[in-house]
Amino acid sequence: MTTPAVKSQNTKAKIIGEHILEIVSDSGEGAQKCGQSFASISAKMGNGVWTVEIIPAEIQPPARTREGASGIRVRVGSKKITNMGNEADLLVAFNEQVPYSRIVQNAYREGTVMLLESKWATHSSEEVKEKYASAVEDFKRQGIDVREIPMEVECLKLVKNPRKGKNMWVLGMLSHVYQRDLSRAEEQVRYVFKKKKDEVIEANLGLLRAGYQWASDHLDLIYEIPVLPTEEKLVVMNGNEAIGMGVLAAGIEVVSMYPITPATSASHYLADVLDRAGGVVHQAEDEIAAIGFAIGASYAGKTAITITSGPGIALKTEFIGLAAMAEVPLVIVDVQRGGPSTGLPTKVEQGDLLAVLYGQPGDSPKVVLAASTIEECFQFIVLARKLAETFRIPVFVLTDANLATGQQPFPRPKAEKDWFSPPIDQSPWKEGVKPFDWNMETGLSRRPIPGQAGGIYTLTGLAHDENGIVSYNPDNNQKTSELRSKKLATIKKTLNPPVIHGEESGDLLIVSWGSTLGAIEEAVDQAIALDAKVSTLHLRFLSPMEPGLKEIFKRFKKVLAIEINYSDDAKAPYVDEENRRYSQLAWILRAQTLVDIDSFSNVKGQPLQPKIILAKIKEELNIK
Amino acid sequence: MFGLKLDMACEIPDKYYSLEDYEKAEPRWCPGCGDHSVLTNIQKLCREKQLDPAKTVFVSGIGCSSRFPHYMKTYGFHGLHGRAFPVASGIKFRRPDLDVFVITGDGDCCSIGAGAWVHAIRYNINMTVMLFNNEIYGLTKNQTSPTSRVGTKSNTSPRGSILPPINPLQTTLGVANVSFVAQTVDWNPAHLYATLNAAHEHKGFSFVHIVQRCPVFQPDLVDEFTSGKDAFHLIKNENGIVLDEKAEKTFKNSVEHDHTDINAARHLAEHENGKFYLGLLYQNKEAQCYDDYGAHNLGFTAEQKMSVLNEELDKRAI
Repeated sequence: MTTPAVKSQNTKAKIIGEHILEIVSDSGEGAQKCGQSFASISAKMGNGVWTVEIIPAEIQPPARTREGASGIRVRVGSKKITNMGNEADLLVAFNEQVPYSRIVQNAYREGTVMLLESKWATHSSEEVKEKYASAVEDFKRQGIDVREIPMEVECLKLVKNPRKGKNMWVLGMLSHVYQRDLSRAEEQVRYVFKKKKDEVIEANLGLLRAGYQWASDHLDLIYEIPVLPTEEKLVVMNGNEAIGMGVLAAGIEVVSMYPITPATSASHYLADVLDRAGGVVHQAEDEIAAIGFAIGASYAGKTAITITSGPGIALKTEFIGLAAMAEVPLVIVDVQRGGPSTGLPTKVEQGDLLAVLYGQPGDSPKVVLAASTIEECFQFIVLARKLAETFRIPVFVLTDANLATGQQPFPRPKAEKDWFSPPIDQSPWKEGVKPFDWNMETGLSRRPIPGQAGGIYTLTGLAHDENGIVSYNPDNNQKTSELRSKKLATIKKTLNPPVIHGEESGDLLIVSWGSTLGAIEEAVDQAIALDAKVSTLHLRFLSPMEPGLKEIFKRFKKVLAIEINYSDDAKAPYVDEENRRYSQLAWILRAQTLVDIDSFSNVKGQPLQPKIILAKIKEELNIK
Repeated sequence: MFGLKLDMACEIPDKYYSLEDYEKAEPRWCPGCGDHSVLTNIQKLCREKQLDPAKTVFVSGIGCSSRFPHYMKTYGFHGLHGRAFPVASGIKFRRPDLDVFVITGDGDCCSIGAGAWVHAIRYNINMTVMLFNNEIYGLTKNQTSPTSRVGTKSNTSPRGSILPPINPLQTTLGVANVSFVAQTVDWNPAHLYATLNAAHEHKGFSFVHIVQRCPVFQPDLVDEFTSGKDAFHLIKNENGIVLDEKAEKTFKNSVEHDHTDINAARHLAEHENGKFYLGLLYQNKEAQCYDDYGAHNLGFTAEQKMSVLNEELDKRAI
């Protein structure tokens, strides 16, 4: 067995601004729990963090396979971290096969330190031993700094089955490498296992301390990531938990869902907590029933929410049209994943934008918001309920698999009373007011709730007049379609033009939406440091669009949409200007502004690395 | 009756609702359609029970019978094809004060809405459900329905349908947590009324299968139904649906049946030898009602909700 270099007693901590580490293992070995704990400890110490989970689609795929890799990336720094960054600086691998699933994603570079479980080197199977040896050689050829670590051997000194517990030993090791406060780490272990028996907690604490001690005795790696002092109170959670907390903050009382990756964990959280907050989670029999139930609850006076992902949106289409047609307030969350069809269930994509905007037959106006940070996952649910009720319209909140499992600290929200939904209005309906008393300029109308005397009407998905009576009158259908559409124009009048990141004019403007915000701004800042005349604009409202876009676009020589969805490469065979299929935001912006907007996108199921964006900016601006 | 509660005859409600208070637009169903008779009896039931129109909601899917809510002067929800059950469930879930009725047809319930139907039975949310089964698609102009008999000629089976029909009673009686199953016919007002009344009284998902005539696309069945008195057997049980003597005389045949015995109910549901058993097939007053759970934590104030939010935020504070 190879032993790592013995740490000299006076190894000095290397002070760094930030580091990216990954932990990869077979499913069920707890790499994510280890990484999340590390991120929480780091955040609590005052570091900026961003996590990205690496999740296989299966629960327990075959062990030691490249496709079965399960793990987590944690980017930790002195300053606020907004994205997953480029290649990892340090990797912990529980076997030699799982790193390959990340190597194909360009997750590592020359010099990346790999802390590799060494037990495979002495495995009873010749095949395993050979695979291990050849992989180690291969990693070294690629310039990876491989350190073989006897994780299992060390864990066996404390527990019988290191498969459960090795992750906490690794947490201990990493806590030393990154000079984490051991008492905070212990506190975290107690929190993670709070529902377990004392023996379990003690065993894991033992492993944590052993890992910490082992690293102190044997590893010559010590990093220090200084903390910037801050007075601000922060909270840390992932995007799906933030959605759940947004539901609490909006006072929403009915969550109607059907299990779907990667959205379900929002409902898991709510199923645990909403009961105490005066609400109920309903697990429906299918996606269609989930939204139907939510619409029923909304119609009866309490705006409901349904939380899903792309395939669920496809199934809910008809009900979305009904909510738009019959003007039922509703909040729909789409945690986007790779599509079409079942696609890449656990991976990120921003592929649902057009489906959400235009998925229904006929004209079906709705509000579409896109969260770009964990904090916005929280805030936009509160905003969505209010918009839905004020404008009597379905409101979408788009997030994605990257935000869903990513953790990032943000300022602790200060709850305000008017965030919470009011009680159901049961006062008598004002005499003479029709159930659709549209304001002809804004399209807005008040809505009677069952139980309100004098407000009786029959809601219908058929064309109807201001009394809710079915009407096939041609002028009525024209008029009511206009009124429903006007609501979007009205909302638009309340919005401010988006804030440009960078100069107000220049050679290149990048336009984007959703979870790519941090990576794009980081790349743009790096390019600006190289004197590039590049700026970026990030949209939160996709329907209606924020105002003033055309005027902004005109101030730049070129406008480029960057997003995570499919677009044709302009240089591909047979692709020309007339048949090129652009990325989704680019399509809409081209149509709305008549500006010749280009697109740069891919569907690799990964968040965009700032490096790739920087390279694209350099290519566009001929920067060497 | 007449707006007076018999046990406290002095307490006269502010408002007495007459039939007109429940009548809205003139129905646009075909002459001779069984839907008219159900509408009349439902309006009568509303008046007899003095249901507050503002607290009453009629929910339907799509189809001829699903126009029903437009003809009731109550709150209504005329939604999507096959989706009345999820909507009605969502309405009732947190509104125990509302009286919910569901109108669905054989295509709406047994075909496109079959999934939602099965689960609605299991949820057992308190609502009165009427399945108008005329064994044909009417609104879309004469297509075979999943309840059409073998040999039914229609625009989609011009040489006669070949698959055996779904029996909605058997299906309903086969689902876990079923709590109320009854069968009636549109052309016997006394029996229809008594059945709807019993369904409305039951707390839970009260499923009423209405054997119904479509004079336009199933004219042969109209004769068979109305002249074939031998086929219709009245279910008798003093704790079930009880008719007065006059109404009972409209039935030539009857059978004693224990509606707490699900196996006996399933046997009656079989329509063995072409026999239809009318009345209460099955009732379980103890079945779990999902809306009891749905309404278990109503009325939280903003302050109460805010304190839970703050607790949760504190758990994630760093």
